[in-house]
Amino acid sequence: MGNKNFADKLFFSVTKVAAFISFALIVLLFIMLIKESGLSFSKFGLRFFITKVWDPVVEQYGALSFIYGSVISSLLALLISVPISLGIALFLSEFASKKLKEFLSIIMSLLAGIPSVIYGLWGIFVLAPILRNYIEPFLQKIFGFLIFFQGEPYGLDMLAAGIILSIMITPTISSISKDVFESVPRNLREAGLALGATKWEMIKIAVLKTAKQGVIGAIILGLGRAIGETMAVTMVIGNVHEISLSLFHPSATLASVIANEFAEATTDLYVSALFKIGLTLFFVTVILNIFAKFLIYSTTKKYKV
Amino acid sequence: MLETKLEIKNLSAWYSEHQVLKNVSIPIYKNKVAAIIGPSGCGKSTLIRCINRLHEIVPNAKVEGQVLLDGKNIYDIDVDPMEVRKKVGMVFQQPNPFPTMTIFDNVAVGLKLNGVKDKKLIQSTVINALKEAGLYEEVKDKLHHYGTHLSGGQQQRLCIARTLALRPEVILFDEPCSALDPISTAKIEDLILELKKNHTIIIVTHNLQQAARVSEYTAFLYLGELIEFGLTESIFTAPKMKKTEEYIMGRFG
Repeated sequence: MGNKNFADKLFFSVTKVAAFISFALIVLLFIMLIKESGLSFSKFGLRFFITKVWDPVVEQYGALSFIYGSVISSLLALLISVPISLGIALFLSEFASKKLKEFLSIIMSLLAGIPSVIYGLWGIFVLAPILRNYIEPFLQKIFGFLIFFQGEPYGLDMLAAGIILSIMITPTISSISKDVFESVPRNLREAGLALGATKWEMIKIAVLKTAKQGVIGAIILGLGRAIGETMAVTMVIGNVHEISLSLFHPSATLASVIANEFAEATTDLYVSALFKIGLTLFFVTVILNIFAKFLIYSTTKKYKV
Repeated sequence: MLETKLEIKNLSAWYSEHQVLKNVSIPIYKNKVAAIIGPSGCGKSTLIRCINRLHEIVPNAKVEGQVLLDGKNIYDIDVDPMEVRKKVGMVFQQPNPFPTMTIFDNVAVGLKLNGVKDKKLIQSTVINALKEAGLYEEVKDKLHHYGTHLSGGQQQRLCIARTLALRPEVILFDEPCSALDPISTAKIEDLILELKKNHTIIIVTHNLQQAARVSEYTAFLYLGELIEFGLTESIFTAPKMKKTEEYIMGRFG
């Protein structure tokens, strides 16, 4: 009896420590990032985030062009992915038969699990040539008067990064949106139908309106993934430290610059500047994730009967 | 003079292979309240869900037989279920106002579905519906608050107002008070008695006293079959069938 009790207590302690470690890891990581970026903070302060010169030769570091690259490539990804993802989610939750739904859900989670380097490889050798030879010249022909589609079509550029990211975040946004749609209770759907709504009208008034907050959460979660995604983006974005409105221009993101330059960072200030970018990424993705989880949680739990 | 508003004729219904209604026939009279009683699982909810064609939205659900609304079978091929549902409103067991809509929008939503654009017309219809549902005085200062902030009984009256805004001829109540406290229940019952002046009402209820209080006619269903239908008074005081008597006496159910 005494022995059993001891085993229970031991087990409890071990699991408690394990749970604590995960929390400690986050805190330690955060502290480490702050400490390591200290040098850069003392040299550049917050100006770091609004200057775009990134020149290791003269030891001048500013992250604006990477912030710009991260924001634009992620927004581009959302622009492409959100309509497709919501279409997938609506189809799965409202129209697909049970079998098809299960099958497609498995496919979606498989897609989400593919290592990003594979997407990058595909991006370089398949997507980029198609963009360079067909899609970008075509876009230029039609929308060439817009600044977004000017310049030499290069293939490895902001557009490629946006497209790769859109593919990578679609499983996330669609599967979470599907869960959110499915959490809308049956009695709200029936309330809509009982008012004489068609299926589409019912979806609009009962499903979409009710699920809106959770869907925004799913989109923000996708945004977090897009901002943090490193490998595939680094492989296709062209890695140029410039701000250009043209989507055909190579660019760089917060994540890609770290992946690209950590090996060349030979001075303390250079390393510190990279850590500061790391801290920025960490901070932004953690905040986005917390916010997104909160929105999703508050929608899906509210209607649990 | 009794006028038949709705006639349920030889109605059978299934969920997949499971038959939940067996050849049920009941006349529903205009401007009267008909109660449907019976133990859980006897098919009472399914029966009223067949009257606004809501049964068929469940995958693999099937209906046979006729439901004549003013003499016209609502299961005829040329009948649009959406039109049926506008004429035959429904109030559900759990109050289910749309949670992201205001009180006003909850009542207005049906009108907007019908393409009503005239803001003044929407405004006056919403207010009338809220008045008819006996809710207006309680919510007139917070029409633009969320409906889900109301009490359960108020939410249920909001759902009734939402139905009334479409000017239905028949209103189906599916155990409307089972989630409510006695005071809210009394308000809903008073409301039903008021509403029958202009509507034909069918109420499914678990609560026999409720059936006795609000209805003129009662149908007793058991295991998917209609055991007895008649004046509520005679069903409760002199049931013809033994099964009905046993149920009324509380021997099962």
